[in-house]
Amino acid sequence: MSADADTKSVTEVRPGATPAGPPVGARQDSFAARLRRDWPLLVMAMPMLVLVTAFWWVPALGNVIAFQDYNPFSGGILGSPIIGFTNFAQLFGDPQFIRAVVNTLGITAFQLVFYFPVPIALALLLNSVVSGRLRAFIQGVVYLPYFFSWVLVVAIFQQMFGGAGLIAQILRDHGHSGIDWMTNSDTFILLVTAETVWKDAGWGAIVFLAALSTIDQNLYEAAAVDGARRWRRMWHITLPGLRPVIVLLLILRLGDALNVGFEQFMLQRGAVGSKVSEVFDTFVYWSGLRTGDFGYGAAAGLFKGLVGLALILVANRVAHALGERGVYSRS
Amino acid sequence: MSTTKVSGLAPWEEPGSLAGRIGKGGVLALIVLAVLLPLYTIVLTSLSSAGTVNRVGGLVLVPDGITFDAYRQIFSDSVVSRAVLVSTGVTVVGTAVSLGVSVLGAYALSRPGTLFHRPILFCVLLMFVFFPGLIPTYLMVASLGLKDTYWSLILPSAVSAFNVVVLRAFFMNIPRELLDSARIDGAGEFRILWRIVLPLSKAVTAVIGLLYAVGYWNAWFNAMLYIDDTRMWPLALVLRSYVVDSNPLPTATVGVNGFGHVAPPTLAIKMAIVAIAVLPALVIYPFVQRHFTKGVIIGAIKG
Repeated sequence: MSADADTKSVTEVRPGATPAGPPVGARQDSFAARLRRDWPLLVMAMPMLVLVTAFWWVPALGNVIAFQDYNPFSGGILGSPIIGFTNFAQLFGDPQFIRAVVNTLGITAFQLVFYFPVPIALALLLNSVVSGRLRAFIQGVVYLPYFFSWVLVVAIFQQMFGGAGLIAQILRDHGHSGIDWMTNSDTFILLVTAETVWKDAGWGAIVFLAALSTIDQNLYEAAAVDGARRWRRMWHITLPGLRPVIVLLLILRLGDALNVGFEQFMLQRGAVGSKVSEVFDTFVYWSGLRTGDFGYGAAAGLFKGLVGLALILVANRVAHALGERGVYSRS
Repeated sequence: MSTTKVSGLAPWEEPGSLAGRIGKGGVLALIVLAVLLPLYTIVLTSLSSAGTVNRVGGLVLVPDGITFDAYRQIFSDSVVSRAVLVSTGVTVVGTAVSLGVSVLGAYALSRPGTLFHRPILFCVLLMFVFFPGLIPTYLMVASLGLKDTYWSLILPSAVSAFNVVVLRAFFMNIPRELLDSARIDGAGEFRILWRIVLPLSKAVTAVIGLLYAVGYWNAWFNAMLYIDDTRMWPLALVLRSYVVDSNPLPTATVGVNGFGHVAPPTLAIKMAIVAIAVLPALVIYPFVQRHFTKGVIIGAIKG
């Protein structure tokens, strides 16, 4: 639902306008009649609306503090002086902010190359397992880490690759010097990508497995009869069958480029230092909440929110231009 | 998934080369090992005596006597046991709240053309594209007086737009005739939801419930933001402080019991906490796993 894609699709289901749309008796009723009919649904939506208002709309509007010299103790949001774009100007001159932007984009680009294809490859591999029971077992295992918290994942990686971890321990037992990848800032990007693969790649494969199951098996048979061997079938049938999903997820990821896993970086910031681990979200936390400079942190957060919004809108446009379904054109 | 392959190769399919099959098997074995080996050694270490851990000099790979000392020690101390209780309570209450609110909201949104359908849907869908930001959310929670209450761990993250949309996609696929005939029989909306829609959506509701529960069980950041009183910390935050950062127990200043308050925790105890944190996922997982394909994928694709 980029705003306009959504409007488009929702227009299609305007009350009384589509044959499939409205429930019994919905055609052109008066407001009072519709209220009488639909009030239970409104009551049902109420708890959700209250929560969304309190924890989405109000904070979203509360972003005005980004334009204030906000002081929670003298005046709060109504009494603090408006200072225009001063916070933003200061932001763009802040080397730590620039570093956060560079790190975020660098990590996104790196993971686009080294994480994004992994679930696809995994799905192809799983799909080629002939025994149904074996495949169910492997799927069960690879989905599992998705349900672990980042705290657990980092703890587990620490125990494996940290200075006192299993690998270092085995290396030392064999007379080598140990390793400590948890505090090595040079290899940090490899570490976070490995963690992401370990935690999310299995779950990420689900979507591709579903797409694979929708490919018409007759195509394979026909191709095999025509003499196409395994790899040619994969190239000419499987991959084209996956294309829409791949494009969709790629676009989603681009629209989400500023999000690289807040918790993951918060947890490891102390171990490797902020130089390589500072990303957008951690910057907001450390510059705003930790130092109490709420207006400044909110400015960074708002900047990220707006750029993210723009990226999603652009990505959705690109999807439509490429003839894909679009990211959020759900009704 | 595809049913043609379950019983073996399709008739037209040539068997792979021996080398190819060995290679594939090897890769799959490595993948499974990469997930299971860390869990195995963590659980084993948590069950090993201090002597064994010292002799090995770290994580234990080969069992050498099983002892529950680490667990006994953990649960004789108030910090971890309390955190387990807090996490359990927050997870149970939070999941109930989230699932209730989401199911009701998704059902309310499942029929285009009803009153205010568009603006309400718009409200929810906007949550996908814009994140209001950490700091305004923090200030809102603080100004509602939720700081240092358990509600601060539940309410701000209670509604996930994604989950609502997935549930809604399912509810929209339920044949209209079913709902209409119930309505003609005089059933109200709540009754229809409870007696017809929910029983038909067990799989997706189970998966969404699991996703919410896992989210609450795993959450630590909200607690770090909103809860200053370390006695109210959930397990995930204790885990973070105690295992990832190797801090002494958070109640060091309170000094309740004689254990571990000064010295950093031993490896076995750390691993026991990790094991406790993993446990609920491992226990519930097999029951919900079979719904994943049905529940999540169809939702994701149709959604």
